[in-house]
Amino acid sequence: MDPNTAGWALVVALFLPLVGGGALALMPAALDQQIRRAAVLITGVSFALVIAITATFDFGRSGELQFVTDVPWIAAIDARFFLAIDGISLPLFFLTYLLTLLCAIYSLKVLPPPGKPKAFLALMLMLQTGMAGTFVAFDLILFFIFWELVLVPMFFMIGIWGGPRRDYASVKFFLYTLFGSVFMLVAFLAIYFQSGAQTWSIPELSALAPFGSTTFQTWAFLGIFLGFAIKVPMWPFHTWLPDAHTEAPTVGSVLLAGVLLKMGTYGFIRIALPILPEGATRFAPIIGVLAVIGIIYGSLCCLAQTDIKRLIAFSSVGHMGFVMLGIAAMNATGIQAALFGNLAHGIITGMLFFLAGSLHERYHTRDIATIGGGMLKLLPRYGVLLTYVAVASLGLPGLAGFWGEFTAMWAAISPGVGLADSYQGLYLALVVVAALGTVLTAGYFLWLLQRVNLGDPPERWSSGHLDDVMTIEWVSWAPLLVLILALGVYPRLVFGVQDAAVTNLVGFLGG
Amino acid sequence: MAIDWLAIAPEVALTVTALLVLAADLALRGDAKQLVNPLAMIGTVVAIVFAVVLWAEAPRVAFEGQYVVDSFAVAFKLLFLGTLLAILAISARYFAEGRYFQGEYYFLLLTAFIGMLLMPSARDLLVLFIALETVSVPAFVMVGMRKRDLYSSEAALKFFLIGVLSAALMLFGMSMVYGFTGTTRLEGIAQALAGDAGSVPLLLGSVMLVIVGFGFKISAVPFHFWAPDTYAGSPLPVAAMLAVASKAAGFAGLLTIAFVAFEPVADVWAPVLGVLAILTMTLGNLVALQQRDLIRLLAYSSIAQAGYMLIPFGLARPGAEVVNQAAVRAVLFYLIAYAVMNVGAFAVAIGVNRRTGERSIRDYAGLGTRSPLLALAMTVFLLSLGGAPLTVGLWAKFAIIEAVAVEVTVFGLVMASFLVVNSVIAFFYYLRVIREIWFEPAAAEAPRLQPALSLSVVVVVLMVGTILLGVLPGLVADPTVVTTFATGG
Repeated sequence: MDPNTAGWALVVALFLPLVGGGALALMPAALDQQIRRAAVLITGVSFALVIAITATFDFGRSGELQFVTDVPWIAAIDARFFLAIDGISLPLFFLTYLLTLLCAIYSLKVLPPPGKPKAFLALMLMLQTGMAGTFVAFDLILFFIFWELVLVPMFFMIGIWGGPRRDYASVKFFLYTLFGSVFMLVAFLAIYFQSGAQTWSIPELSALAPFGSTTFQTWAFLGIFLGFAIKVPMWPFHTWLPDAHTEAPTVGSVLLAGVLLKMGTYGFIRIALPILPEGATRFAPIIGVLAVIGIIYGSLCCLAQTDIKRLIAFSSVGHMGFVMLGIAAMNATGIQAALFGNLAHGIITGMLFFLAGSLHERYHTRDIATIGGGMLKLLPRYGVLLTYVAVASLGLPGLAGFWGEFTAMWAAISPGVGLADSYQGLYLALVVVAALGTVLTAGYFLWLLQRVNLGDPPERWSSGHLDDVMTIEWVSWAPLLVLILALGVYPRLVFGVQDAAVTNLVGFLGG
Repeated sequence: MAIDWLAIAPEVALTVTALLVLAADLALRGDAKQLVNPLAMIGTVVAIVFAVVLWAEAPRVAFEGQYVVDSFAVAFKLLFLGTLLAILAISARYFAEGRYFQGEYYFLLLTAFIGMLLMPSARDLLVLFIALETVSVPAFVMVGMRKRDLYSSEAALKFFLIGVLSAALMLFGMSMVYGFTGTTRLEGIAQALAGDAGSVPLLLGSVMLVIVGFGFKISAVPFHFWAPDTYAGSPLPVAAMLAVASKAAGFAGLLTIAFVAFEPVADVWAPVLGVLAILTMTLGNLVALQQRDLIRLLAYSSIAQAGYMLIPFGLARPGAEVVNQAAVRAVLFYLIAYAVMNVGAFAVAIGVNRRTGERSIRDYAGLGTRSPLLALAMTVFLLSLGGAPLTVGLWAKFAIIEAVAVEVTVFGLVMASFLVVNSVIAFFYYLRVIREIWFEPAAAEAPRLQPALSLSVVVVVLMVGTILLGVLPGLVADPTVVTTFATGG
């Protein structure tokens, strides 16, 4: 495939899951196992196509758009069907397909009540197209469609296959996110009319920027900020997250943490910063402060949790705080850090949710006190895995979690685009507080390990039989476990891909 | 002067069909009476063919400029005829089984639609009034068709009294407008208003009276009280007709009179309608949250939808052609989208209600297992009414926000923020129904549903339409870009 001409490959990879999901819905519901295998096949073929795209991707020109499809779509409003991929999109796009494939494999064996694999997998495939499309759409309207498309299947996934409070969690998730995205849509329209260029194309608008008065930039950024900040989620817009993540079925939580949250940060980097650089510069210190509050607040909440899944959910608030701190730095290093942290969080927290889900499968409870320790004795392989992923999440050097957090703090010491002149003291303070946050993060994860892994298993568990890690789990987890180590040892794997694209982007910031 | 028969061909086709239906009902006996439904459908299809031909021929001016067939009018005629076709299809079983007065029903239905076809073409106050009454009078009777049902009678009486009151107010306003301007022709009124007459307070008052008359028709707050009771009491296909076609006719009339006749005094009525828009959508949505009956929920939701559609009226300014045209286009697009999704929602409600009599939201529990087709369709329609992506509803809301953004004003932004907040509120009750459908188990004794073939076809077509237009809104948006008011001769 030639990255200059093979736009079709991207289109096929993007819509194959949606079409496959439709085909799945037409299969008779009685074919339980066949449906699950078909889902693995669909996600597998799509993933193979994405591997082919990655293999032929011209890494020398990762700053430029490749695999471009750009055709008119809605003439009345000048919207175009504009898909492409560059160094910023590629890692996230890849992660989306990898995680969905692993989820499909995992669902071969494990599916929460009420079962119904057909509906579940069809929704998951629809979700996949929505998520992946967000990362490769280069037209604001198209981006918005994919962005919103994600809501519907996730709503049903939480609402039908979720935990006890699924009704509340699913509606809260839907309405909260919707609320943000309608303001985002209004801001997109304002940008369209203000630019006067009759285009929704993200690269064209970025090239035109900055346009409009500072007031316009501030208000438009505020609208976009609401949409993205809710999705990330940034403190104080995070309250939907613990409920949604905790109540969602395992696959739902994995995709929520692994991909959905990334859409918010990706949106900041792809749309908000380059198109509204002045607004972004004005908001950067606010973003920084909210990010650091999120880090501390998330960590403190984690210390107070008794439910292991809810603990992991709150840890996302803290980790995404580091990502947003990188963005608030407004320089190349910061954006690199944010993108890396994004990816690492997707892999690590996705994996943690897999583990939490399996733990629930075995113990039928997620209460840390009820589980009561001794897992290393009872389920040794499982205990080791939990330790490995937890220390990766707390940012141990040598594993993937480290680079995003460390680099973000490093970047925030000397923020870009003149922020250093007026806000040097503030940013320094932010870095200090964020560093304290890493200590708290280490604290709650180690405490979790102590309570779950160490000591002797309580009577009620040691007398019964609990399965250690199953084959299907090894298969679906192995790629993530390898990636955690690989990215930790060789971060250039991602940094290198993004480098040229980030440099371009920082050019738009005028720093 | 010779009559331009082509210009009124759809109306003539429908009139002939209506008379044939009445005659057939008298001539046929027993089960053969059911043939009137296909007969009415054939007539509608013929009218659609004429309307499509007219689309290429527009604009045509007939009756010395009192009757104009421009692209705006033809777009509305196609909308009405399409709705009529769908309503005929979902009426078939409902009326055949209910032992209603079939012939009369179809005759009255067709008559009401003749009035609707007249509405967007009328360029004279009197023609407009006749059109409006031709829509209303048959509707009064149709609402009360379930004679032995107390609710139906109450609904009909309420609808009749409020309808007559509004007609009287409107006629009073029209007579005063005529008194001040000396003409009943819409363009003549516009000229007079643009001159000195525009500053007379009493004239402006009568302009408002005329607009208020249409407010009843589109069930805008505070003239909405009849709608929920009437929808709930009337036969369901009639409720669908009132909620979609009759409302669209009201909007067609309001658009013509507001943007052709009263355009020079837009700065007087636009803020009023804008405030009504805000009140209508907010009140409709807040009350809809409390409903337990699905039909009443749809009634309040359609009040809220009318509120959204009033927003573009609030943007109008005298002489600002770009803004006004964008406003007209936004309303038209919203109405088309609204017709597709709301007729669909009513069709599903009929499918569920037909044999079981179920209509409360709780009765929809487990619909996903009782009838996957109806459940899926209802989900799509409700998501679309809310404005979810990949449904036409999103583009409908988009069109309105786009109209606001053409020329940003503070008032426009206020209305847009109300739209945004209201969309979120509305999703809350749409999701409540969706939750019942999919998340709750069906009651043990609930039967599986077997909707009639014609109803299933309508539901599938509308569902596919909702999604197709959600992916490619250009199919409607691109041709309607050119819809404008042609000046009468």
